Amino acid sequence: MQAQYIGASTIILEVFWRFWPVWAALFIVMGASFLYKKKLALYGQLFDSGVGMAGVFICLFWLFTAIFASTISPFDPLGQVPIMKDTLPGAIEPQSGLVYLFGGDKLARDVFSRMVYGSQIVLIIAPAATGFALMVGITLGLPAGYYGGKIDSILSFLANLVLAFPVILLFYLLVTPGIMDTPIPYALAGVFFLFPIIFFSVLFWTRYKNRPDRIYILLGLTLIIGGWIYLGLVFDRDPLHIVHIDPNQLNIFVAVVFASSPGVFRIVRGLVMDIKTRDYVAAAQTRGESPWYIMLWEILPNARGPLIVDACLRIGYTTILLGTLGYFGLGLAPESPDWGTAIKDASRLLRSFIHPALPPTIALMSFVLGLNLLADSLREQSMKD
Amino acid sequence: MFSFIIRRIGTILLTMLCLTLVVFFLVNLEPNLKKLAISQTEMHTSAEQLESWLVNHGYRQNFFARYGQWLGVVPKQPITDPATGKTTQRFSFCNDPTVPTFSGVIEGDFGCSTKFKTTVGAKLFPALGATGILMFWVLAVMVPVSLLIGILAGMREGSRTDRVLSVASIASTATPEYVSGVIFTVVFASWLGWLNGSAASASQGITFYNFTLPVITLAIYGIGYIARMTRASMVEVMTQQYIRTARLKGLSFKSVVVKHALRNALIAPFTVIMLQFPWLLTGVVIVEVMFRYQGFGYTLVEAAGNNDIDLLLGCSLVSVFIVLITQLISDVGYAFLNPRIRVQ
Repeated sequence: MQAQYIGASTIILEVFWRFWPVWAALFIVMGASFLYKKKLALYGQLFDSGVGMAGVFICLFWLFTAIFASTISPFDPLGQVPIMKDTLPGAIEPQSGLVYLFGGDKLARDVFSRMVYGSQIVLIIAPAATGFALMVGITLGLPAGYYGGKIDSILSFLANLVLAFPVILLFYLLVTPGIMDTPIPYALAGVFFLFPIIFFSVLFWTRYKNRPDRIYILLGLTLIIGGWIYLGLVFDRDPLHIVHIDPNQLNIFVAVVFASSPGVFRIVRGLVMDIKTRDYVAAAQTRGESPWYIMLWEILPNARGPLIVDACLRIGYTTILLGTLGYFGLGLAPESPDWGTAIKDASRLLRSFIHPALPPTIALMSFVLGLNLLADSLREQSMKD
Repeated sequence: MFSFIIRRIGTILLTMLCLTLVVFFLVNLEPNLKKLAISQTEMHTSAEQLESWLVNHGYRQNFFARYGQWLGVVPKQPITDPATGKTTQRFSFCNDPTVPTFSGVIEGDFGCSTKFKTTVGAKLFPALGATGILMFWVLAVMVPVSLLIGILAGMREGSRTDRVLSVASIASTATPEYVSGVIFTVVFASWLGWLNGSAASASQGITFYNFTLPVITLAIYGIGYIARMTRASMVEVMTQQYIRTARLKGLSFKSVVVKHALRNALIAPFTVIMLQFPWLLTGVVIVEVMFRYQGFGYTLVEAAGNNDIDLLLGCSLVSVFIVLITQLISDVGYAFLNPRIRVQ
């Protein structure tokens, strides 16, 4: 039986209509941000330039797409309808009467729904992995830059060691199915996930150690929340069964954090070496503040500008890394709807069908472009100050 | 300067030693050895046979002894039949020794590829040559184009040209190889039919038809980055006092840019181009797999996919060497080009 098709203009209208929750959310958030931009500090300044607005728009678009994925996508991203195999864009699925807007792939799945659901995977892993990489990089980069000497030499050597590895080789070694049988990913996860807990504990301790009313609450909260997430992520023993991560996702997560934290380390170290010569640091030293207080409460806040810019770029870079992993079929499940895996599947069949290849490539490119534009305009705004 | 280079080379050797040890550890994890034994023996072999294959081929020796053998500081042992005491080669297709000899990386023997049934040297060096040709064309496209874009954009900061070129370079840095490769193939191979979507025939002879797509795919990601760095450097130079002096002397804008600004603005991009090599290495892997070009990246993926221990070690050695040597060249070259910088 031949599938029925709808026309090109109908496809565009339908796609536009499908994204209605995203448009609504974008309208509210962008409108509100634009109205109150004067009060929103750095974020508000982004709305002064076209580039910044474009960056915010694209990033928020994908964020809302990930949030409303189940409303937007008409089909299950893994569901197969045999009759729709390799259908061109705009084919009507006979049973439900809904349309395969971007056609079907070789396993008869809806390309549009897969693209929409793929955003969820990217938007969870990329920012979270970048966050952990920032924690690791900051916690190690601060003492390396501040103390210098032996600590600096050892940590820098280790960072250079990781950076000398071509990323692809690192992934082939760290993200193989075999490695899941060894304790290595869990050990690495155990080390990396410890850093946020250490970071926040030291952060609160140095500031409030003489104020018992605050310190116990803050430290307690850090340890309870941190420990809870730690148990869930590393040992999969969350007592409440809320925090859970698949072993292969944990493996990817760990590999990505491992690959990108030395970069953060280098940037933080360089910034600290620059900032520690400033007068306010000397003033704090004369006041007799502890070294960690100076690092976390005097130096770090003053290094935030370049770090925010770097974080934006790094989320984009992590997205590219995730795509690379998907492209080589490492780590993620073969049927996973993420963009890299979709590009891999589609690029093998480019000679016969091109429509399954384009949505994931354009999605990935536009998201990274949005982040880069955001970073560029943030850099320009922070240079103006 | 001389002692600086000596010290740096020392660090490079130490780094390579550490990294190969790490790689050696990772490829010799139990699941990986199992995978190797399964791929090297017949189908449906029992667990004991797999184990005896591993023992027979020396994979059950002490970890450090094996690393030493690979490195060439411990003599390589042939296989000894316990019943007769006769020694045979470990792998017949590699001319392995029948008497214990020092034959490791230090002696120039990179080992034996179990996947391609030949020595690592025989597989790796032709592949490197093929990748070298690809790299040459990529650099020949990437460097002039990106410098030109950067200089045009940075010449007049904030102009329309600047804004258009800057957004274009941001867009190109947002396009990883596997994305641009797919888009270029769709446009130039599927729709227009101008170019070949596969470079498999390039090993017989490079033509415009089969080699353009891999080259531009690989170049496009780097172009944006180098162009942005060149632009930043150019913008900085254009605000300097001597540029203003040259303008006030009455020189034309063109001659100020060409004679005064360009030379100083090109120092920083040199470093960036050199540091771009590690990323190109990853790009090479993606592009060679995508366009089926039999080079270094393709070899690396094959080695990693089949857990070909010696070949993978050879590949990591080469790639780490390239990364570190380009860093060294970039540091030394920077000091050489910019007399204000002195290396200690």
